[in-house]
Amino acid sequence: MTERQLKTRPRNRVIVNKKIAPYLFLAPFALLFVAFLIVPLIYAADISLYKKAMVGGVKFVGADNYIKAFADPKFWEGIGVLFKFAFLQIPIMIGTALLFALILDSGVLWAKAFFRISFFIPYAVPAVIATLIWSYLYGPAYGPIGQTARLLGFEAPDFVSQEWILGSIVNIAQWQFMGYNMIIYFAALQAIPGDLEEASVVDGASAFTFATRIKLPMIVPTIIVTVVFSIIGSLQLFTEPFLIQNMARSVINSNFTPNIYAYNLTFVAQQPNYAAAISFLLGGVIAVVSYVFMLATNQRIDR
Amino acid sequence: MSIVGKNASSAKFRRNRWLLTGLLSLYFIYTFMPLFYVITAATKSNQDLFSTFGLWFAEDFSLWENLATLFTIQDGIFLKWMANTAYYSSVSAVGAALFSTLAGYAFAKYRFFGKKLMFALVLGAVMIPQTALVIPMFLMLSSMGLTNTSLAVILPSLVFPPGVFLMWAYIDDAISNELIEAGRMDGAGEVHIFSSIAFRMLMPGFATVLILAFVASWNNYFLPLVMLNKPDMFPITVGLAQLYSTAISGTGGVLLFTVVMTGALVSIVPVIAAFLIMQRFWQGGLGAGGVKA
Repeated sequence: MTERQLKTRPRNRVIVNKKIAPYLFLAPFALLFVAFLIVPLIYAADISLYKKAMVGGVKFVGADNYIKAFADPKFWEGIGVLFKFAFLQIPIMIGTALLFALILDSGVLWAKAFFRISFFIPYAVPAVIATLIWSYLYGPAYGPIGQTARLLGFEAPDFVSQEWILGSIVNIAQWQFMGYNMIIYFAALQAIPGDLEEASVVDGASAFTFATRIKLPMIVPTIIVTVVFSIIGSLQLFTEPFLIQNMARSVINSNFTPNIYAYNLTFVAQQPNYAAAISFLLGGVIAVVSYVFMLATNQRIDR
Repeated sequence: MSIVGKNASSAKFRRNRWLLTGLLSLYFIYTFMPLFYVITAATKSNQDLFSTFGLWFAEDFSLWENLATLFTIQDGIFLKWMANTAYYSSVSAVGAALFSTLAGYAFAKYRFFGKKLMFALVLGAVMIPQTALVIPMFLMLSSMGLTNTSLAVILPSLVFPPGVFLMWAYIDDAISNELIEAGRMDGAGEVHIFSSIAFRMLMPGFATVLILAFVASWNNYFLPLVMLNKPDMFPITVGLAQLYSTAISGTGGVLLFTVVMTGALVSIVPVIAAFLIMQRFWQGGLGAGGVKA
């Protein structure tokens, strides 16, 4: 069919040659990439060097906003929350995702496809809706968790208290994203050639040893990629605490995470220049953490 | 293929099967519980929501009343939010998938000046936290008078670096260089080779990126929250969140509590259905990216 089309087309139309074609294919993406990624980056870097002057307009202040941010406990408190969150959330999520992927892959299970698909479903629920549902569930008086606890004769903790808030947010992220990671690991495990399996069965390796000693190391590159994505995702924490704020004003303040801080600086405090510096610094922190993680894991693999 | 079955005694295999199926069933209850709660909550009156057990239905079935309230509240604004969401997400997803495919094709099948640098930039961009860019982007667009337009939500969503990466990986495997060479021998132009030969072969990859970009856009809260302040331009995420703050601050009355859950139910059902129907695509596609990486 293709050949016939080729022959019936007039020969004298403009034929894009091999040299120009890649640039033509790249153009739409590149244009948007520059307009909505590179330019905002430069713009942010630029305005972060200014400050609203007392009388009219803005004035150039050099690195003042960054110096201010470095000494701003509100920024560092937010970074602290992010680190606690990431250290709690990522290992639990990756750990369960790996465990379930290995179990699914081992073939012992009943209803494999059912579990695989149902665990992935929460990924289709937007963070906003997931957070709304969980805040209803967390409700002290009317939430079913509290109700069930009372039925069993004890009092459930206040899930949005100072003490529990981070765990409660970790839980929302676990619910939403475990299945996504599990699916990726499962696909990677399934891609491992079958003859390896035959060989180790002959060796009499037990299923558990086989899964942890042979299969797991083979998907380490995949694990690293997902961890990097999780680091980037969790350090941008915004939606969940921003919404839970409605029911826990005293626990989640206006600088709970750097993103919430930048949002409030822009729209409440009217300090967009300082907000740009905060956004930029957060980006820097995320880049450094992901880079350090990749460096650290690369060395491990080489050894 | 089950190694345990071949290898271990069948008693041990049976015990493991029970144990592990049990473990995953527990996690299933955890996964399913919130979804079940949305269903029960959406069928209750506001009073029953607070006075009856959360994980079961109340005696009065109020789903129809709740739906009626949901679709008539503020002159039927929920329907507008649904339409906005569908519009923003579908245009963003189709555009992002198309541009990612074109760029991925260029990276996978051509050698050209600046390729390495550009590819490194795209990979680096995957690392850039999108939300760190939202506020600068807002400041930039507001100085151009572009905030509060659908473009402010759609244009930034068209840049989807993970899509380029996925398509590069997919095309590299799925389309052989010989095929493209054969097209050239026949005298076909590069654009023609892409549109009538290559594009059909990369459809599975395209579908995966389409789904991922759709989810990313439909999930997005921070970008529309920052860019839009007219309620009739909101997507569902921003609208529902606002309805919730009204409910909880008490200004809209207790009346809104079940309506928020009804809205949640109405907005997740079609997407979950779509996921179930298209599972072949995301299961294969998500894995492909992970394995290649």
